[in-house]
Amino acid sequence: MQYAERSPAARNALEETGRIPVLFARPGEHPVLPAPAAPSGPDFDRIQHSPEFLVLRRRLRRFVFPVSLLFFAWYMTYVLLAAYAHDFMSRKVVGQINVAIVLGLLQFVTTIVITMVYLRFARRRIDPQVAYVRRLAGVEDQ
Amino acid sequence: MTTTVAAGVSGSDPLVNTGVFALFVAITLFVVYRASSRNSSTSDYYAAGSVFTGRQNGIALSGDFLSAASFLGIAGAIAIHGYDGFLYSIGFLVAWLVDLLLIAELLRNTGRFTMGDVLSFRMKQRPVRAAAATSTLVISFFYMLAQMAGAGGLVALLLDIHGGFMQALVIGVVGLIMVLYVLVGGMKGTTWVQIIKATILILCAALMTVFLLGKFGFSFSNLLSAAAEKSPMGERLLEPGGQYGATGTSKLDFVSLAVALVLGAAALPHVLMRFYTVPNSREARRSVVWATACMFVFYLCTLVIGFGAAALVGPDEIKGAPGGENSAAPLLALHIGGTLLLGIVSAVAFATILAVVAGLTITASASFAHDVYANIFKRGKADPAREVRVARLTAVAVGVLAIAGGILANGQNVAFLVALAFAVAASANLSTLLYTLFWKRFNTTGTLWAIYGGLIACLVLVFFSPVMSGFPDSIIKDVDFHWFPLKNPGLASIPFSFLCGFLGTMFSRSKADPKLQAEMEVRSLTGIGS
Repeated sequence: MQYAERSPAARNALEETGRIPVLFARPGEHPVLPAPAAPSGPDFDRIQHSPEFLVLRRRLRRFVFPVSLLFFAWYMTYVLLAAYAHDFMSRKVVGQINVAIVLGLLQFVTTIVITMVYLRFARRRIDPQVAYVRRLAGVEDQ
Repeated sequence: MTTTVAAGVSGSDPLVNTGVFALFVAITLFVVYRASSRNSSTSDYYAAGSVFTGRQNGIALSGDFLSAASFLGIAGAIAIHGYDGFLYSIGFLVAWLVDLLLIAELLRNTGRFTMGDVLSFRMKQRPVRAAAATSTLVISFFYMLAQMAGAGGLVALLLDIHGGFMQALVIGVVGLIMVLYVLVGGMKGTTWVQIIKATILILCAALMTVFLLGKFGFSFSNLLSAAAEKSPMGERLLEPGGQYGATGTSKLDFVSLAVALVLGAAALPHVLMRFYTVPNSREARRSVVWATACMFVFYLCTLVIGFGAAALVGPDEIKGAPGGENSAAPLLALHIGGTLLLGIVSAVAFATILAVVAGLTITASASFAHDVYANIFKRGKADPAREVRVARLTAVAVGVLAIAGGILANGQNVAFLVALAFAVAASANLSTLLYTLFWKRFNTTGTLWAIYGGLIACLVLVFFSPVMSGFPDSIIKDVDFHWFPLKNPGLASIPFSFLCGFLGTMFSRSKADPKLQAEMEVRSLTGIGS
């Protein structure tokens, strides 16, 4: 199975060598890949240890892990309040609308806000870096 | 009570209901037939050739996710039990952040057709694929049972059929149509069915919401006072604790349900499989964003529809109707729009069940054909045409099982089965997915421990919970063998599965394969090689 899945990549790498020259890292840094990719496909080990890939990985994890923790903590705060703080949640804010409904709707709002912030982050900080790593590895952009 | 029931049912016209439903089936079958011009390769059958755009797949995702539990269940829960029912809406929506941030893009880059592709990527193929297929089949079966059981109650209300045999017959017909979708259309046809259904469902919910708000002068506060006035719970209808506030155990049950809801969605196999119908990870991201947008609108509507049903229909009439709690939304439609709107809403609810079951069927059949047949029996050397034939045969078998299960489970507690499917998914799959994507040392033993540990813990805890025995609303009423206090096991079984995965990895003598780990990590983040 693994080998079957690798085949399209190998095809890409072979196609690449003829048309687009593989880009090297700036002078002083070691190149990410040997110029023509081996027929067995990209050298994943080499890519994994390249500085460009490490930047990408660190950047993504530094965003998604804290944000995941944040929304989970915020969601659990809401759930625990709804389960155990009935008096607080039942306070009226406007007319019949109480704190519980406001906090519930705030969960909706934060979900949308986090989605939009992630979209912006991914478009500006992740996608260009992915394209860069792919170019260095000699794989044409998606 | 009996008079209101009679009014509720006789107000509906079975002819109109059947007509609208038949129209939906005719249109979707036509679309499925047109979309399925060529459907012979494995990629076509499982992943629709990865030709869908992010927007199309996002709408289809919301179609897969908005099941009968979302539409009928939440509206009923809010109308009867008040604010506590709103937790379902919030949990179902927030859950998509897990998909967006941690799962969707990496999963799209790593796998091809099934969840097993990702879980087994850097592990020993056969045992891990067997485990992944087991959890996929168990989850899909529970989820499917819930949908088919809901169909029975709905039939009673909508088509005015009360006899057990006739209800069984209708469940059988619904099941047959669903198998037809999958056989003719494969993933492409099923996706189009989801898109059509999701659009109609969300439009329908939005129109009902606007109409309801208009009836109360566009003041949500007025709607709430009307609901509280009509409910025997009074003001407490608007406050948390109506359903789960009684004792310390029930409060803990509320927390457990909340955890299962938010962590379960990102581990449902039929949701995960949708990400393979788009060409790359950027489209997968766009799918989640579109799905979140659709669900944002829909779940906001459930709040208004639920309290609106409490205000206009009233809890007595809802509880007395043949479908019980599940009939809140259709009865509300009858009250505000008469027979025609009831016909439309009921057809939409039917279509929802049909489409979700079709999605589950294709997932289960793909998992069996791709993971079990092609990779375990044939060791990855299966002829693609034969693999698709096996998948089609499995779809028929799954359909028959779902029909039989639906007839047996007719009238059972639907919300329980859906929440259980979520808990099982979160217990068996989420820990494994996160570990394999983000933890370098995670290995085959850890994978197997996490999947089987979470799966077995979850099923055992449910079996010995109040849901199965010991209480008046249990499945087995006369015997009491429960010792686990919570109805939803998520709070215990999900951490247990994470612990199993960790211990399995630490105690195992086999090391993770660094080469495959490198390939998986690079591939998941950049798409190189996918």
